Amino acid sequence: MGDGTLRCRECGTLYPMEAIYVCLRCFGPLEVVYDYAALAAQSLRERFASGPRSMWRYEPLLPVARVPEIDLQPGWSPLQHATRLGERLGLRRLYLKNDSVNPTWSFKDRVVGVGIAAARAFGFEVVACASTGNLANAVAAHAARAGLRAVVFIPRGLERGKVVASGAYAPTLVEVDGTYDDVNRLCAEIAEEHRWAFVNVNLRPYYAEGGKTLGFEVAEQLGWRAPDHVIVPVASGSLLVKIHKGLHELRRVGVLEEVRTAVHGAQAAGAGPVAAAFADGAEQVRPVRPQTIARSLAIGNPADGRYVLRIARETGGTVLAVSDAQMVEGITLLAETEGIFTETAGGVTVAVLRELAARGAVGAEEIVVAYITGTGLKTVEALDGALAPAVTIGAGLRDFERHVLDRVLA
Amino acid sequence: MAQVRIPTPLRALTNNARVVQAAGRTLAEVVDDLERQFPGIRARLVDGDGAVHAFINIFVNDEDIRFREGLATPVPEPADVSIVPAMAGGA
Repeated sequence: MGDGTLRCRECGTLYPMEAIYVCLRCFGPLEVVYDYAALAAQSLRERFASGPRSMWRYEPLLPVARVPEIDLQPGWSPLQHATRLGERLGLRRLYLKNDSVNPTWSFKDRVVGVGIAAARAFGFEVVACASTGNLANAVAAHAARAGLRAVVFIPRGLERGKVVASGAYAPTLVEVDGTYDDVNRLCAEIAEEHRWAFVNVNLRPYYAEGGKTLGFEVAEQLGWRAPDHVIVPVASGSLLVKIHKGLHELRRVGVLEEVRTAVHGAQAAGAGPVAAAFADGAEQVRPVRPQTIARSLAIGNPADGRYVLRIARETGGTVLAVSDAQMVEGITLLAETEGIFTETAGGVTVAVLRELAARGAVGAEEIVVAYITGTGLKTVEALDGALAPAVTIGAGLRDFERHVLDRVLA
Repeated sequence: MAQVRIPTPLRALTNNARVVQAAGRTLAEVVDDLERQFPGIRARLVDGDGAVHAFINIFVNDEDIRFREGLATPVPEPADVSIVPAMAGGA
């Protein structure tokens, strides 16, 4: 394993880098910490710049080394200056981090890239996960590439695109009768009994570190500066926590001079326990039973919820929830203005961005980055009835002139 | 009797047993019986105010007790009680 150490986020107890995820003393989450002083003595900007055009350019701040023969090269996705969407929202310096272009079309390739490398380093033969869909796709694909057996657990009734995009890689695909939270509890129990690498359970401290690269890349793509605001979709909350950690690690190792980023979380109202706690001023997140078509965000019992609350409050951010109807509007608004077709989670993020702009919570001249974490092709069901139907015509010029021309010129 | 699944961090208290038996009509009584058998386990599960620690989720027959009555949740006969670390899942 790499040079890091595991540290309990709550009580600070240190552990060697093993396949463990909670503190034996207090059950707090373990996270990887690095020798920041040693890293600060290096010319990290140059080292990053000379690395591969993937998330692995940030290897010094990841817990495992890249394994070239199994690498699917996630990351280094476009940061798009969103001039047309920005014009609609009154934001001149709005950027979209388009992470739907990854090997399995979501940001999960980043976390799984790290998780699979860790699984190999620990000598696991079976990799597994509890997933709302995207993670299962990524685990199945990366396991195929690495020649490991994959077992992916999903709640029954996910979008067909997400089910097929796991099945294609021939994992053992397990549909569980229940919600994601039921799947998650089951997987935590299985991980206690069987020596499998559950990337988001017993390998969670390593896996989650991959999320930091979404912070690193944005800072580098902005010319080594931290944005004024980031807007991140919140399911378990891990991604938001790690983007924040990543930006602050860059400051600790001297790559960024200062970080004053306000971190905002985006939830669907039907699975919005963190937004509800934020609105109530609560420190604990009360679990809910999810009820939203944003299946990738349908987590009622988010593991990192308390940390999302803390970070949003400390940085001057917010956690907001939007309705499914606003989410669908977010999907079509993004597609029509910026040419990016995102999934339901991206629709939630855009809808929350729109709300923040309307409230004046993000300024016209501030650098605002919204994270678009997955592709719309996996959740086409969300747009049922929301799009103008195609015009069907005969194959003659007269048909075209009678039925189409006026629509285009109108 | 309830069958109680013990997570790794608590197995040092149960002589490495993964599953133990405990009696009680409510979850609070089950915790009392666990404490009788395995002194010290209560403090690992419940804080000074009598609330379940934030980083532990407890399930009675696969249902999160926060959707029921917390430690007052009735424990039927027979029942499976699972103690699961909270910091699992998602991304």
